Amino acid sequence: MAFDYSQYIRGGKLPHIWCPGCTYGIIFKSILRAVDSLKLPKDDIAMVSGIGCASRLPGYVDFNTLHTTHGRALPFATGIKMAKPDKHVLVVSGDGDATAIGGNHFIHACRRNIDLTVLVFNNYIYGMTGGQYSPATPTGHMAATMPYGNVDSPFDIPALAKGAGASFVARGTAFHATALDKLIVDAIQHKGLSVVEIINACPTTHGRRNKFKSPTDMLLWMKDTFMPVAAFEKLPPEKTAGKFPMGVLYRKEGVPEYCKTYYGLVERLKKQGEGRA
Amino acid sequence: MGKIKLLQGNEACAEGALYAGCTFFAGYPITPSTEVAEYMARRLPQIGGVFLQMEDEIAAMAAVIGGALTGCKSLTATSGPGFSLKQENMGFAMLTEVPCVIVNVMRGGPSTGVPTGPGQSDIMQCKWGTHGDHPAICLTPAYVQEIFSETVRAFNLSEKYRTPVIIAYDEIVGHMRERIEISDPGVLPVVQRPRPACPPAEYLPYDDSKGDVPPMANFFEGYRYHVTGLNHGPDGFPVNASPRIHTDELRLIRKVDSNRADIVKFEEYLLEDAEVAVFAYGVSGRSAKTAVNQVRSEGVKAGLFRPLTIWPFPEEQVAGLSGRVRKIIVPELSLGQIIHEVDRCSKGRCGIEGIHRVDGDPITPAQIVARIKEVM
Amino acid sequence: MSGRYEIRFSGSGGQGLILAGVIFAEAAAIYDNKNAVQSQSYGPEARGGASKSEVIISDETIDFPKATSIDLMLALTQEACAKYYKDIKPDGTLLVDEDFVREIPKGSFKVISLPIIRTASEEIGKAFAANIVAIGTIAAITGRVSREAVEKAVLSRVPKGTEDLNKRALLAGYDLVKRRAN
Repeated sequence: MAFDYSQYIRGGKLPHIWCPGCTYGIIFKSILRAVDSLKLPKDDIAMVSGIGCASRLPGYVDFNTLHTTHGRALPFATGIKMAKPDKHVLVVSGDGDATAIGGNHFIHACRRNIDLTVLVFNNYIYGMTGGQYSPATPTGHMAATMPYGNVDSPFDIPALAKGAGASFVARGTAFHATALDKLIVDAIQHKGLSVVEIINACPTTHGRRNKFKSPTDMLLWMKDTFMPVAAFEKLPPEKTAGKFPMGVLYRKEGVPEYCKTYYGLVERLKKQGEGRA
Repeated sequence: MGKIKLLQGNEACAEGALYAGCTFFAGYPITPSTEVAEYMARRLPQIGGVFLQMEDEIAAMAAVIGGALTGCKSLTATSGPGFSLKQENMGFAMLTEVPCVIVNVMRGGPSTGVPTGPGQSDIMQCKWGTHGDHPAICLTPAYVQEIFSETVRAFNLSEKYRTPVIIAYDEIVGHMRERIEISDPGVLPVVQRPRPACPPAEYLPYDDSKGDVPPMANFFEGYRYHVTGLNHGPDGFPVNASPRIHTDELRLIRKVDSNRADIVKFEEYLLEDAEVAVFAYGVSGRSAKTAVNQVRSEGVKAGLFRPLTIWPFPEEQVAGLSGRVRKIIVPELSLGQIIHEVDRCSKGRCGIEGIHRVDGDPITPAQIVARIKEVM
Repeated sequence: MSGRYEIRFSGSGGQGLILAGVIFAEAAAIYDNKNAVQSQSYGPEARGGASKSEVIISDETIDFPKATSIDLMLALTQEACAKYYKDIKPDGTLLVDEDFVREIPKGSFKVISLPIIRTASEEIGKAFAANIVAIGTIAAITGRVSREAVEKAVLSRVPKGTEDLNKRALLAGYDLVKRRAN
């Protein structure tokens, strides 16, 4: 039986705002399949986003949803999670939202290792504002604000997350959608801050400027460029040039999770208070 | 009789918040407001509440809104530069109608300015700080006891009208210590946000058909609604069209404007027969009271109008006052901000004179006494 | 403004003068049931620099919270003395540390010079108790707060385990004034 997405989609809110050829719809469905496989009650999920194309996603899903200011989804989500530590808080953000204007929040959320699931939709560009270069745009790529080719250097988002202290870091792509379901499931189940970088295509503002003839070309590029991390690591460097690993790139269990540590303190103080009384 | 303590203004603010039922604080260290955070850092974990020191001022404001959406009464405290940084998210809370309280302990500026001295030059920012048209409520206590009770009132107004409320006081009032009574529970009213009575399927988070303040469901209570900083319809989803945007923005302003009688609070001191009035708040209001007492003892008919709510501005009261006195003197620790509001409401019915000072020291009673005598 | 009495505690940052002001205000406001306001001004440094703390005591409501016409000013350092003495009123009192304030500014105010820091380091054995010695001297000179109230206020504000030491420091302050008077 085909998967019934409608049980998670708010009535009357579709069609979505994404362009034809945009891969966000693929990710949207992958998230819903992941949530469904975990049997999470919809009432117990909050989905928080910032500003950008990806950040429109929460409007379509039937959870507690919060579409915030540019770059600030993580601190809003941190407030929610700290107040209700037993609920699931998913954050969806784009590459610009998460790592440029929200870069400080990104590294600090990772450092705190607070139990949030952060899905970074990386389409290598500011799509909503018309194709300006982002901290993820590869050097040399054309963008509305890099009309002679990008002279800036991109972030390696998983490396950034790991370096800042996230205890679960993964990468998936829109092309490898079924594999992505599992990564999102693992990310939600992980107790601590999980980052999943999800490679996406923006044919309208990125592909068009960078010699991708069609949205299909962009998906095929993903197919050829990203390989499972286990296979990637077995290959010598000359064979992995221009390729990137995908899958779970880093996972560490037992790292103190912020809510747990904080509420541990609350419990300790409560006992001390009872001891005195 | 409640508990009697000698407290700093900033500590009294934290006590007021706790009295009002605040269980969530997020902040970032900044002089001269930090004592509010330090007090909450000690107390909130003891009562099972949340204390968060965030990575910056913007994050602190964001976390406060997140906490408030889950049902917590939430507080942040900051000063000048931090207050500037919070403005975008404060606007978000105004548009999305999330109750929360923001304390701004005012210092000199612009930029780093005089971090350890008092200022009153953020007062227009308290009204106009965030972009776009928006409602503003700002309270201006001047005594440590008032900081306590006005903080309780700030939470009450915030919950009642579903809007952020600012408390603005200066460094002197924030740092000075006075004896205060922390009322016993139940003595001061404590208000909770309006809650939906309908089943989730019928809930419209921004339904304006039954009044200007729609009931608020908290996250995770089964209502599963959408909150967005885009202009939105009654169901909370983006609306990009006339006339909803216009009418909804009017409603946001009306929530505050049409409830002035409930929100605007002030002290009138010896104004019945006054020929000269002083309009002053915060530490300048304290100076003015000493000055008024002094000139009264010399037979000069002076009085004081001291707003405890500066936004919405006490327009009617100032208009009335301007028809009864020859002059209104406005001492303020800025080069001239609130004086323009006094002037606007006076409509030329009396003379307006400012006393302005931005050197990190308060305006002294002697300065005000001298000006009163000059204009008599 | 009858009954308004203004005291300024000054010295260098880290000498505990803000705490001294707080204790004095607490003695007056909480234990003697008078009106009192304590305020302070400080620079960005946590240690060093001139620092001051002010206490205003009155039987009436205190509105303006800062000292502008000082009845008694304490100066534990030369720098603080020079920086802050100008607000002492003509018939006020300047109380200085005998060893650390050698140049007494000119004025019609009364000057009392006492070995406050030396008493703390030699009699009490801890120089950091100078602020408590100073409270004792000021309480004795001004008579504005009761001895009982000062003692309660000191004991409520000092760290646990230092109560005896601070009580002795307070007494030493009272004694300094008594001895000088005799």
